[in-house]
Amino acid sequence: MWKFIVRRLFVTFPQILLLSIIVFLMAEMMPGDALTGLIDPNIDPAAIEAQRERLGLNDPWHIKYADWVSGLVQGDLGQSFRFKMPVSDLVGQRLLNTFWLSVATLIFTYAIALPLGIISGRWNDTWGDRLITGYTYVGFAAPLFITALVMLWVFGFQLGWFPTGGSVAPGLEPGSWDYFVSKVQHLLLPAFSMAVITTVSTVQYLRSEIIDTKQKDFIITARAKGAPESRVYNRHIFRNSLVPIAAFFGYEITGLIGGSIFVENIYGYPGMGQLFLDSVLLRDFSVVTVVVLIFGIAAILGALISDILLSIIDPRIRIK
Amino acid sequence: MSEELVKIQNLKTSFRIKDDYYAAVDDVTLSVNKNEVLAIVGESGSGKSALAFSVMGLHNRAKIEGDIYFKDQNIPKLSPAKLNQMRGDDMAMIFQDPLTALNPLMTIGDQISETLFLHNKNLSKEKRRERVIDLLNQVGIPRPEYIYDQYPHELSGGMRQRVIIAIAIANKPELLIADEPTTALDVTIQAQILDLIRELKEDMDAGVILITHDLGVVAEMADRVAVMYAGQIVEIADVHSLFENPLHPYTRSLLNSVPNADEVQDKLHVIQGIVPSLQYLPRKGCRFASRIPWIDESAHEENPEMHEVRPGHFVRCTCHSQFYFPEENKEEHSDGIS
Repeated sequence: MWKFIVRRLFVTFPQILLLSIIVFLMAEMMPGDALTGLIDPNIDPAAIEAQRERLGLNDPWHIKYADWVSGLVQGDLGQSFRFKMPVSDLVGQRLLNTFWLSVATLIFTYAIALPLGIISGRWNDTWGDRLITGYTYVGFAAPLFITALVMLWVFGFQLGWFPTGGSVAPGLEPGSWDYFVSKVQHLLLPAFSMAVITTVSTVQYLRSEIIDTKQKDFIITARAKGAPESRVYNRHIFRNSLVPIAAFFGYEITGLIGGSIFVENIYGYPGMGQLFLDSVLLRDFSVVTVVVLIFGIAAILGALISDILLSIIDPRIRIK
Repeated sequence: MSEELVKIQNLKTSFRIKDDYYAAVDDVTLSVNKNEVLAIVGESGSGKSALAFSVMGLHNRAKIEGDIYFKDQNIPKLSPAKLNQMRGDDMAMIFQDPLTALNPLMTIGDQISETLFLHNKNLSKEKRRERVIDLLNQVGIPRPEYIYDQYPHELSGGMRQRVIIAIAIANKPELLIADEPTTALDVTIQAQILDLIRELKEDMDAGVILITHDLGVVAEMADRVAVMYAGQIVEIADVHSLFENPLHPYTRSLLNSVPNADEVQDKLHVIQGIVPSLQYLPRKGCRFASRIPWIDESAHEENPEMHEVRPGHFVRCTCHSQFYFPEENKEEHSDGIS
């Protein structure tokens, strides 16, 4: 299995390299550059042109790319026009916020999906199952931004159970217990409202997979051995049903990125999604490029984790 | 002499199709003795497997009427817990398709070990492993220590069938049900697997219910044969009587369908028509009548019953006394020889 993981890691690096090239080229193709619009229109165009030449903006793309990448690996992500600060500083804190939001969302997603999927699949076509599948259809149909707004209104404003914006209450000492609690409080509602929607596909996958596995021959073998139903389910059906769930995990991460863009904006949560949307709207391209690159890397890592999980669960995937 | 091990009485296993129950196994009465192979023969859809599953208590949505006495218990009336205690311990089953009957995510060793664990929780891990290696040896798997940690997909079909047999015999069952154990295997492997089952039966002094549609397998393995048609047993006899003196039209047609290597035949004998599906099965009269239309209707009984024509040789319905193969068949046959 280690062989498989190492080999899989080797594939990941070229993927990330390719991603960085694509992201860079797409940023290049966007009209305008750092010296468009930002500069006092009274300045002599010749002077701007000279400045362009000095900053290397007229170089061919591969030289600019090499420049950019060597900056990247040294932690220099460029300057944000809007915030007038290094992108690395800007991204740092937000990346952490989004990371924790994603972790919380994933925990909620599987905390909802596993029990519901198992109940629904094990006792399919009962009232419990119909209720759960009913929920998944609503989940498929309801847009995330509507659900998030409704949750914010109900739990944030009406009931007042959760804070309605930001990632932490102001005036708390970072590192203190209160700070940590406040962080978690700010996380819960956005994470939960995202999970409630994104979990439905996992519930459906798990349900149909359990129903499918229930009818496999090796389940009859297990029963013929004298295994009680609980063991048949826990040992034989459940693990076999997890295979597609693990395969789906990478996709789930990609979904989180899309979801965080909505949710962070609705909850005013200072994370990557919010930064992304703001930067696109304000044409803060050095930030956009970095954020897209980070999202891309997250998706690639998701696929990597997915494959590793699969190889742990399913021996047929491992390489000898 | 022979000691009765299992006694099935008026077993009726019905499945629900839409709102009605249809019997796939209808009024089956038979018994299996210790150290005996009872073969159940019939076409696809005749209810052989449904019968086997009933004995193992493996149907979860069927309605089962009648009695299956085994070791002083009546299987259809057992609680799930008690049934689980007996399954895999007192009775075990060998399945038809070795490619799908093993859990793809568990090692061979764990799968055999599980059945040991389920029936003897006190056995230590080391002891269990030892016993699994023994079993793998017993079913003729080379390098058992190595195979122990292999997964099913790393083994051939024949090897997997041996593993399934190892699971079945792990707790030395008194009743072994083999549901078409060789159907999915190469001909060369078939003989080995059958030999293995026979050897194990001798070792354990077990009763075996062998389900098959292969009359060659029956001739080789069985002590007694029950012929099933459309959910009913139409003839039951010891293997010699059945092959030498088959009575029921269905049995005779089956035997006639087997190509004979000594004769040149232009055409293989086929039984006209198909087994009617559960829903459209006539529930009255001789169920085979529709497939032998040239026999006069008066030959059949109104409610066909089992008649003991010789000691131990039972046949259903009276139509056998007037049965003959249609002329045209015979003509073609003789043409072939000349």
